[in-house]
Amino acid sequence: MFLQVKDVCRTFGGVRALDGVSLTVVKGEVHGLIGPNGAGKTTLINVLSGIKGPSSGEVLFDDRPVQELPAHKLAAMGIARTFQNIRLFPAMTCLENVLAGQHLVAARPYFPRFFCLPSSRRSERENHRQALECLARVGLEARADFSAKALSYGERRRLEIARALASRPRLLLLDEPVAGMRKQGVEQVGNLVESLAKEGMTVLLIEHNMSFVMGLCSKITVLNFGRTLITGNPEEVSGHPEVIAAYLGAGENHA
Amino acid sequence: MEILAQQLVNGLFIGSVYGLFAVGYTLVFGVLDILNLAHAAVFTLGGLVALWLVDTGGLSIWLAFPTAVLFCGLLGLLLDQVAFAPLRQRADSNFSGLISSIAMAIIFESAALGLFGARTVRFPAHTVSVHIWRWQDLSITSLQVEIVAISLLLMFLLTQFLNKARVGKAIRAVAENDRTARLLGIHVDGIIAFTFFISSALGGAAGILFGLYFDSLSPDMGHSIELKGLAVIVLGGMGSIPGAILGGLAFGLSEVLTVAITGTSNLRDAVAFTVLFTVLVLRPSGILGKKKMREA
Amino acid sequence: MEALQQFLAVYGSLINFLGINSLLALSLYLTLAAGQLSLGSAAFAGIGGYTAGVLTMKLGVPYLPALAAGAVLAGLVGLIIGLPVLRLKGVFLAIATLAFGEVVRIAVLNIDITGGAEGLVGIPNITTTWGIYLSLAIAGYAIAKLRRSRIGWCFESIREDETAASAMGINTTYYKTLSFVLGAVLAGFTGGLYAHLNYIITPREFGFTVAVDLLIYNIVGGIRVWYGPVLGAVLLTSLPEILRAIGITAGPIRMAVNGLILLLVILFLPNGLVSIFQRRGGRKQNTRMDAAPEEA
Repeated sequence: MFLQVKDVCRTFGGVRALDGVSLTVVKGEVHGLIGPNGAGKTTLINVLSGIKGPSSGEVLFDDRPVQELPAHKLAAMGIARTFQNIRLFPAMTCLENVLAGQHLVAARPYFPRFFCLPSSRRSERENHRQALECLARVGLEARADFSAKALSYGERRRLEIARALASRPRLLLLDEPVAGMRKQGVEQVGNLVESLAKEGMTVLLIEHNMSFVMGLCSKITVLNFGRTLITGNPEEVSGHPEVIAAYLGAGENHA
Repeated sequence: MEILAQQLVNGLFIGSVYGLFAVGYTLVFGVLDILNLAHAAVFTLGGLVALWLVDTGGLSIWLAFPTAVLFCGLLGLLLDQVAFAPLRQRADSNFSGLISSIAMAIIFESAALGLFGARTVRFPAHTVSVHIWRWQDLSITSLQVEIVAISLLLMFLLTQFLNKARVGKAIRAVAENDRTARLLGIHVDGIIAFTFFISSALGGAAGILFGLYFDSLSPDMGHSIELKGLAVIVLGGMGSIPGAILGGLAFGLSEVLTVAITGTSNLRDAVAFTVLFTVLVLRPSGILGKKKMREA
Repeated sequence: MEALQQFLAVYGSLINFLGINSLLALSLYLTLAAGQLSLGSAAFAGIGGYTAGVLTMKLGVPYLPALAAGAVLAGLVGLIIGLPVLRLKGVFLAIATLAFGEVVRIAVLNIDITGGAEGLVGIPNITTTWGIYLSLAIAGYAIAKLRRSRIGWCFESIREDETAASAMGINTTYYKTLSFVLGAVLAGFTGGLYAHLNYIITPREFGFTVAVDLLIYNIVGGIRVWYGPVLGAVLLTSLPEILRAIGITAGPIRMAVNGLILLLVILFLPNGLVSIFQRRGGRKQNTRMDAAPEEA
């Protein structure tokens, strides 16, 4: 089993953000996570990436229970993510953001640098090359030396993905990767995810853009009020009356 | 036992001044999430200006007090305009605000030094007429009573103002979430300026009362209370007014009792700061504070 | 040659202080580089200074081992304090380290072996200017080389966004503690250097004011690059001399100039004076990260 979420609950103060969520992600799959606002999607991603542990329930990655592990250990196991609010490193350039993201795969030991050994320069050049590749993957190689602050909104979302790719993850968690983007950008990211999936990457993504989700994902899980409503393929999910009701009904309950 | 009662009384008196000082500190933190380190400098200037008004200006203390307090309020407005407002748009405004408050503290303190000299001074002998009441082995001076009364009155007025007055409620709204407050039509920048006015006015008042209580004023008198003020607001919970009041009283009491128990004043501050450190490590929100930093 | 000798006679002490302050500023820089606002450097310098001084003076330990011992002890204390304290964020961390610093200062004030308020007198003055500057050169080089190393990237990532850093696989607790301990070790070592400069050290030289000064050196110089703090330290330490040379001798005015420089820097050059020398393409000032959704 690649990723298994078993009956995960997460309570904040008095609010049950997650109320018994279960889902399974198969290796190599592009799995969509949808639901009205406040359904608990980002909270679930936070649990899966180790930012916050669940109040109860289990998360199994490669059949190992990982729900108690902190974020950096989960990252070391091959989980990378992007953030809903975009958490780039504003003072760095695009290239530097990606270089920073290489933490898990680039050794960069201190003492060779201290003694100015040629090996440090060689490995640095290799790191640079790989970082540029990540940028090229998302179409940002021209912006490599631009400050992250100077990027447009869509470019920032793509940079975050590039940075996530830098650690060569096995599971990519994308939190609203195309939110607020124009059609062109959405297509670009869609193609990117498709090509990553073809190379064997497993992706779990949250999105509100329905055509994006339906066109890309082989499996979709719908959350509502912190619970799994249904998991199925796009046809099953889009026609399901409860799903439609959840989205239409959410308009009445002021979140 | 009698000595203990006297110490308790003394502790409450100095505690009320600490509370008054801390209340201004915590008010600004609650509204802006910024620690205004110039507060202690305003405290100093309040005391020195009041002294100047009485000594050189010949005013009675009952006139000098509100005048100096008003002056400090205006200093607060200056602080906001010069050091905080320009930084509000920045992403790191908490930190840069802290730094600019340090800068203003230095400037204010240099002004105090330049205008009033480095000597320790005191209010003229008959600024306040003093009666002493004795009961068994307890002695309380009328000055002490007046100081406590004024401190408690000001703190009470502040609490009422924040709860009942329209502007007061607006301040609380901005403290909760300034974006929402703006959407509700509250003039956030004006409210913040007014908060600084009140905070600095109270800080100045505390300075005057402090100077009267200890019968001495100097340009660096802010230093002794600055760290204590921090300890008080952390203890009481940053952003909580009742916390600052209770924290101030508790702090004054603990100070006095530490001296009484150990027989020396050497370790007094060490105990205070160890408590502060422990509270921060175990429960940073303090006794009555907000659990989280407010939502931006 | 004689001009040089005369210059050194007059300014020798200043040159020593420039080096010492630069080293201390760098010790704070190490923690700031990882985004930790620690105000404990002065206290660590005190621990290192007193340890080294007592060792050479009272136990006859040779100079370099004594310095090393001071540095190591400071590092150990840094580790013990750092683990609980580094869980705090921002201003809470600053206050906790301040409180810690005060506890250290008061403890030193009251322990016999350290000489109390009069300080430790009679320390062999074996620190040379060359020693200071050699240390500075090595420390500066070592810190400069952090930049593109694993540690350097981790520090910078944590400073920019701790949550994103941990999601990238960085063990933030480890690296924050590392930055804190490294800073403590450097501060402790420098304290030892300083102790052997002038026969005597007193608790006052390691207090709250010094801690704030070190922060100011870093802010004014700029913390984006390792020589920023050095620049800030050099400028602000020589400022009194510069002012004296152009005829401004009054203490209050010198103080006001310090405050004004800090204010101007934080308002207009938030990345410090070094940002004048650094220009990067495509940078827009003060653009917030949470831009409203727009075109891709």
